[in-house]
Amino acid sequence: MRRTTTFLTGLLALPLLAGCRGGGDAGEGLSGMIQTDGSSTVFPVTQAMAEEFQIANSGVRVTVGVSGTGGGFEKFCNGETAISNASRPIRDSERERCAANGIEPIELTVAWDGLTVVVNPENDWATCMTVDELRRVWQPGSTIRRWSEIRDGWPDQPIELYGPDTDSGTFDYFTESIVGEADASRADYTASADDNVLVLGVSGDGGALGYFGYAYYEQNEDKLKALEIDGGNGCVAPTRVTVEDQSYTPLSRPLFIYVRPDALERPEVRAFLEFYIENGEALVPETGYVPLNAADYDAQLAKLPATSGGS
Amino acid sequence: MNDTGFSLGARRRLVVQERIIGALLFGCGVVSVLTTIGIVVVLVSQSVGFFAEVSPLEFLTGTRWSPQLVPQSFGILPLLNGTLIIAIGSSLIAIPIGLASAIYLSEYSKPRTRRIIKPILEVLAGIPTVVYGYFGIMFVTPILRTIFPQTGIFNAASAAIVVGIMILPMVSSLSEDALAAVPRSLREAAYGLGATKFEVSTRVVTPAALSGIVASFILAVSRAIGETMAVALAAGATPRLTLNPLESVQTMTAYIVQVSLGDTPYGSLEYRTIFAVGLVLFLITLAMNLLSQRITRRFREVYE
Repeated sequence: MRRTTTFLTGLLALPLLAGCRGGGDAGEGLSGMIQTDGSSTVFPVTQAMAEEFQIANSGVRVTVGVSGTGGGFEKFCNGETAISNASRPIRDSERERCAANGIEPIELTVAWDGLTVVVNPENDWATCMTVDELRRVWQPGSTIRRWSEIRDGWPDQPIELYGPDTDSGTFDYFTESIVGEADASRADYTASADDNVLVLGVSGDGGALGYFGYAYYEQNEDKLKALEIDGGNGCVAPTRVTVEDQSYTPLSRPLFIYVRPDALERPEVRAFLEFYIENGEALVPETGYVPLNAADYDAQLAKLPATSGGS
Repeated sequence: MNDTGFSLGARRRLVVQERIIGALLFGCGVVSVLTTIGIVVVLVSQSVGFFAEVSPLEFLTGTRWSPQLVPQSFGILPLLNGTLIIAIGSSLIAIPIGLASAIYLSEYSKPRTRRIIKPILEVLAGIPTVVYGYFGIMFVTPILRTIFPQTGIFNAASAAIVVGIMILPMVSSLSEDALAAVPRSLREAAYGLGATKFEVSTRVVTPAALSGIVASFILAVSRAIGETMAVALAAGATPRLTLNPLESVQTMTAYIVQVSLGDTPYGSLEYRTIFAVGLVLFLITLAMNLLSQRITRRFREVYE
C-alpha cells in the first residue's frame, strides 16, 4: 500500500518536472514568455510571426489571445499582456486608462486590411453595393429584412446578417466608416467574436450578408463571394493592389500592434518586435493581408525607443 | 475522586473541546448564509446604482436590449424571452422523458437493469456543461439544419435540446427517489384490488409521490434557467423577442458572460447591467425555490 502511494505520488509529480528544461538553445539564449491578446483580425499576422519566432528561439513562448480589440486593450492597460493586437487605433478613453496605470503604449502599424463584405456564392444578384446601401442595412433601427428593400430589382429573399460583436475592432471600424458613428449598429444580427463562425454562417445561408477581415475571406474564397464596394468612385473589389493604394475605400484600414515600454526592456520582447517588423514584407502576404512597403516598416522600427545599454 | 472516573481538569478540557467543535461546525454552517447575504448585498447595491439612471419600468417592459450599441436601450424582455424559450423547450424534453425513466426504473425494471441504467444516467449529469454546448453546435445544429433549412447557425432549439438532456438525470433521479419512498403497502393494496401494473404505477404510486416529483420538475427548470455555458455556445448572442426556436437568441446568463469577458469599463452603466440582469435571474430562481418548498410541504403525504 505504501509503495503504491509513493509510486502514484511520483507519477503525479512528473508533470511538474516538465517545467525544468535545459536552459537556452543554439544561438540567442533568449527565454521567457510573451503574452499578446486582442483583435481576431490581426491574430493571423501575430500568430504567424509568433510561430516563426519560436522556431528560431525555442526558449521563448509567445501566446496570442483573441479577446477582440477592446478586450485586448483592457488586458493591456491592466498590465496583463505585453503586446496588444488592434484592428483600430486606441481610443482616448483607453489611452487614459493605460496612463492611469503608468502605461504609455507605443503604436506600430504592421499591415493593411481590406475589410471585406461577403455574401453566399449562390447570391447572383449582388456584385457591388454602395456605402449608402450598406449604411441603410446596418444602421440602428434598420427594418430592412429582405434584399428587395435595398435595391429595386433585387429578389425578395430574406437577409441574414452576420458580423463581429461589440468587442471587435472590426465592428468599431465598420460602424464608424459605414454607419458614420462608432458602435452604431442594428442589434438583430448574428454576432460572434469568432470570424470562422461568421464564415460558416455566410457560406451556409443563401441570403446571408456579413463582414470581417480580408484574411478570413481569402482563406475561404471557395465558400464566399466578396462584394465590390462603391465608396463614391465606382465599384472597387478588395485585392492586394486596391487595399495598398487605398482605392478600396472606405474599408481599407491599417492594422496595429501596441507595445508597453516597460515590456520592451525585456530582451525577448524587443527581439520579437524587431523580428515582427523585419519580416513583415515576407510573412504578412501569407496571412492574406497587405504589407507596408519597406520604407514604412523602417519608420515603424524607428518608433521603438533605443535600448538603454545591452544587446 | 468523583463518580465519572475523570479528574476535574480532564473533564473541563473535554467540555471546552466539545464547545470548540460545536462552534467550528456552527461557523461552517454560517459560512453559506454569509455568502448568500454577501451576494445579495453586491447585487442590490450595484443594481441601485443602475436603476438610478435607468427607470425600472423601462427596464422591465422595454423590448430592445442594446446597452453596448448606440443608441442604448435597456429593455430586458428580449433576454427574458431567450431564457424562457430555453427553459420551456428543455422542460418539454426533460420532464416527460425524465418522469417516464423514473417510473420505469422504480416500478418496472429488474434490479440488474436498474443497476446498469442508473449509473449511465448519472454520467449524463456529470458531463461538463461546456461540452454540452459544443455538442449542440457540432452535432444537434447540423441535424436541425438538414430537417429545417432555415435554422440559423446559432439557434434556441439546439440549446434547448442539449439543456433538456442535461437536466434529464435530475428529473429522473429525484422523481425516482420520490417514487421509491412510497410504501409498498400502497402498491400491494392496489394489486389486491385487481389493478394492472400500469394502473398501479400511474394512478396510485405517481400521485402518491407527486410532491417530490413536482419538486424535481421545478428544480430542473430552475437549473435550466440558470444554465450558462451551453446556451452561450449554442444559442447565440442576438437579443430578440421571438417565438421561433430556429433563430438565435440571447439568454440573461449568456449576456452576463458576454459583458464580463468583454471590454466594458469597470463601473460604467453597461457594466452595471450585469448586476441588474443578475438580480432578475436571482429573483426568478429564488421564487422557484420557494415555490418548490411550498409545493413539497403542501402535498407531502405522511405515512405512519
